[in-house]
Amino acid sequence: MMNWVSIGSISDIPRRGARCVATPQGKIAVFRTADDQVFAIEDHCPHKGGPLSQGIVHGAAVTCPLHNWVISLETGKALGADEGAVRTVPVRFEGERLFIALEALASRAA
Amino acid sequence: MTEKLVIIGNGMAPGRMLEHLFEQVPGRYQVTIFNAEPRVNYDRIMLSPVLSGEKAFEEIIIHGDGWYIANGITLYKGHKIVAIDRTAKTVTSDHGVTEPYDKLVIATGSVPFIIPVPGHDLPGVLTYRDLDDVQAMLLAAQSRAKAVVIGGGLLGLEAAAGLNSQGMDVTVLHVMPTLMERQLDPAAGYLLQRAVEQRGIKVITKANTQAITGKGKVEQVELADGTIIPATLVVMAVGIRPNAALAKEAGIAVNRGIVVDAGMRSNDPDIYALGECAEVNGQVYGLVAPLYEMARVAASQLAGNEAAAFVHMDTPTKLKVTGIELFSLGDFAEGEDRQEIVLRDAAAGVYKRLVLRDDRIIGTVLYGETADGAWFNDLKKKQTDISQMRDTLIFGQSYQGGASLDPMAAVAALPDDAEICGCNGVCKGKISGAITAKGLTSLDDVRAHTKASASCGSCTGLVEKLMVLTIGDKYNPAAVQPMCGCTTLGHDEVRRLIKAKGLKTIPAVMQELEWTTSCGCAKCRPALNYYLVCDWPDEYADDYQSRFINERVHANIQKDGTYSVVPRMWGGVTNAAELRAIADVVDKFEIPMVKVTGGQRIDMLGIRKENLPAVWADLGQAGFVSGHAYAKGLRTVKTCVGSDWCRFGTQDSTGFGVRIEKFMWGSWTPAKVKMAVSGCPRNCAEATCKDVGVICVDSGYEIHFAGAAGLDIKGTEVLGLVKTEDEALEHIVALTQMYREQGRYLERIYKWAKRIGIAEIKRQIMDDGEKRRAYFDRFVFSQKFAQVDPWSERVSGKDKHEFRPMASVGFAQAAE
Repeated sequence: MMNWVSIGSISDIPRRGARCVATPQGKIAVFRTADDQVFAIEDHCPHKGGPLSQGIVHGAAVTCPLHNWVISLETGKALGADEGAVRTVPVRFEGERLFIALEALASRAA
Repeated sequence: MTEKLVIIGNGMAPGRMLEHLFEQVPGRYQVTIFNAEPRVNYDRIMLSPVLSGEKAFEEIIIHGDGWYIANGITLYKGHKIVAIDRTAKTVTSDHGVTEPYDKLVIATGSVPFIIPVPGHDLPGVLTYRDLDDVQAMLLAAQSRAKAVVIGGGLLGLEAAAGLNSQGMDVTVLHVMPTLMERQLDPAAGYLLQRAVEQRGIKVITKANTQAITGKGKVEQVELADGTIIPATLVVMAVGIRPNAALAKEAGIAVNRGIVVDAGMRSNDPDIYALGECAEVNGQVYGLVAPLYEMARVAASQLAGNEAAAFVHMDTPTKLKVTGIELFSLGDFAEGEDRQEIVLRDAAAGVYKRLVLRDDRIIGTVLYGETADGAWFNDLKKKQTDISQMRDTLIFGQSYQGGASLDPMAAVAALPDDAEICGCNGVCKGKISGAITAKGLTSLDDVRAHTKASASCGSCTGLVEKLMVLTIGDKYNPAAVQPMCGCTTLGHDEVRRLIKAKGLKTIPAVMQELEWTTSCGCAKCRPALNYYLVCDWPDEYADDYQSRFINERVHANIQKDGTYSVVPRMWGGVTNAAELRAIADVVDKFEIPMVKVTGGQRIDMLGIRKENLPAVWADLGQAGFVSGHAYAKGLRTVKTCVGSDWCRFGTQDSTGFGVRIEKFMWGSWTPAKVKMAVSGCPRNCAEATCKDVGVICVDSGYEIHFAGAAGLDIKGTEVLGLVKTEDEALEHIVALTQMYREQGRYLERIYKWAKRIGIAEIKRQIMDDGEKRRAYFDRFVFSQKFAQVDPWSERVSGKDKHEFRPMASVGFAQAAE
């Protein structure tokens, strides 16, 4: 079952920035790109667990603030020579409102 | 026995002559040069990129001071020769220096032609000839006012483009119906005019200047047809004539220029002339290639080879305006015995025309696409019969014989004697030979050994392709390390273009400088943000999304995602109230770790991001502001107790450290800046391994800089000794501002200083008071916008979104 949970409005997130959503499974980082695409991924770099939400957002990717791994927001995979991936979380718009699929996260976490 | 060689003039031609001469007969001549310009030899063809801001003067120097010293040359800078005494064999300068010679070389160049209209001598009327002219134009451009360039030839258009990119409203007046009519046919002249106009430069052709008027300075230009053009700057670029007056006064034969034979010798056997002032076989020259040829001949003659002779050659003309491709060569007037081949591609903005006589190329005009210029030049030079390839000739070399359109193949197909570098007359075989024989792997090496691409640089692409062909992967094209994968430009070029083109936002930089990514990366965005903050302190809106997290939230991220907080403790001085406030904050927020830092202050580690504003609020109550322990900016000024307490202290080092810190806090710099002030040479504040350090002595303040005690360990260099605290502050601030303006992002002071040169920094900060004060003033101006405590801003609500989660969801469900 997909459980879509409202997390706020797209305008809550700065362009080329991110905000966190606290969930029972840990923090989800929700990103907004320069061209208003929104992505949600686990806020946990596959390298050493750095908070990806604190990184610099460029294109559809984020650079982790701890050791500069670059993570694709679309796939959750590390780009370049690094290997690893974080879980992605489905995002949906209802007008300005943003929803993420929480169950999907829970089931994959299980 | 050494002979005395005296040279009048220090331009490109005599410079090149000396290089040849020292190579052929080292030590034979004792050389003295008199230069009317107060500087060393520089690449005059590159003045246009300096005017447009694409290059700095330092980059166009051919021979620095060291070269003159190494070759034992006496260089009189700013000395104009006023008399040649041919009987006594001496020359005398306007400063009264008289120098005897055995051989004399006159290389006085040319003087710009001034149209003798009324008002031609008003202040604000300039010519375009040397660095002084460029500097005067750059100064005038600061007003962003209107400029008129008289003359639509090569120099006039380059001046117009330069002034335009400096933000001036420019009008070009040209007396002929089309631009550059001596090098271009009317069709290409029209295309050029359109391209120039598209840049926002107005062009008036058939413009007959009647007068320049204004009260005490230029205000307007009047044309014969009554048109009036307002202007605060008028640049005359209508032509040059050989500067032969001095030779004439000395009784040397002068026609248009100083008359010399094919060996560059005048009618006085001990006097030679070369460069733009010389007339050989009835011709005078203005482009660099024949001038360099004269230099080669004169050097051989001076070395004793009397067979060396100058031979006339046609030289291609190229316009050095970024984005306009133009090449012209030879004779392209129409005539009964001539045929022409023309290619027009209006959509691509390409026009090519070949003029043929007896199946041989005699003239070439290429506009919009000039890659085949070298090939056409080669066909013309060799007078190759082109009847076999006539149908496809105009499509260029790569089209011949059905070969692929690969530009690499085109270069590969060039014969060994094809000329690659027109300025220096270097052919393909010489370049590939030097690459192989000397194992050259970088463009700079090839320039050093062959001179190819070392003058105007327009053949750089060809030379690079040749390097790839010759040595393949061993060629290292990144002579300039690009900033990041988003651009091919290096930090210095980007910084210069930001200023030159007046770029004031990150998107504007990326658009104008053709970034290859949509919004940069984590390497270039923070760098660009810093450059823009530094260059436009009052206008640029800091882009927080382009700052590293630490600078965005004004705390240091730790490995577990918590933050550390370091309040400023001015000069390392604190008191009971401050310590008590820190203790209370530690208790209240259960801060797990408190530590004294190396910069004499207190670090609180392990604070959760959400708590940062509350921590800052409590610290702010006690008077603390952010210590910028996270910043590429001024960190700490470490001090010892100085003359107030210490029995050895010579000055109030603590007080001075506090003063520096209060003056300079909040400033952003390319990388972090750590300072220290020690009260005596025992140096308890460890000032001699800091970015900037002060050692107080009885006689004043010894300023040090460029130390390192991190990845590298390096003692400081001494900048100099000053008497008072005020002077010390001014010097330190100016030094920091110089670094702020020139440093590459993340480049510490010691690395910057190594790149720029300690001597150059000393010269600008210690010796040049005007420059020092200008740096100081720019720093002070920028501080007006920088000295805002970021913590109190955030306590009062700025960037709230940074510190709060967007939402908390799903907790009730999980409890089920």
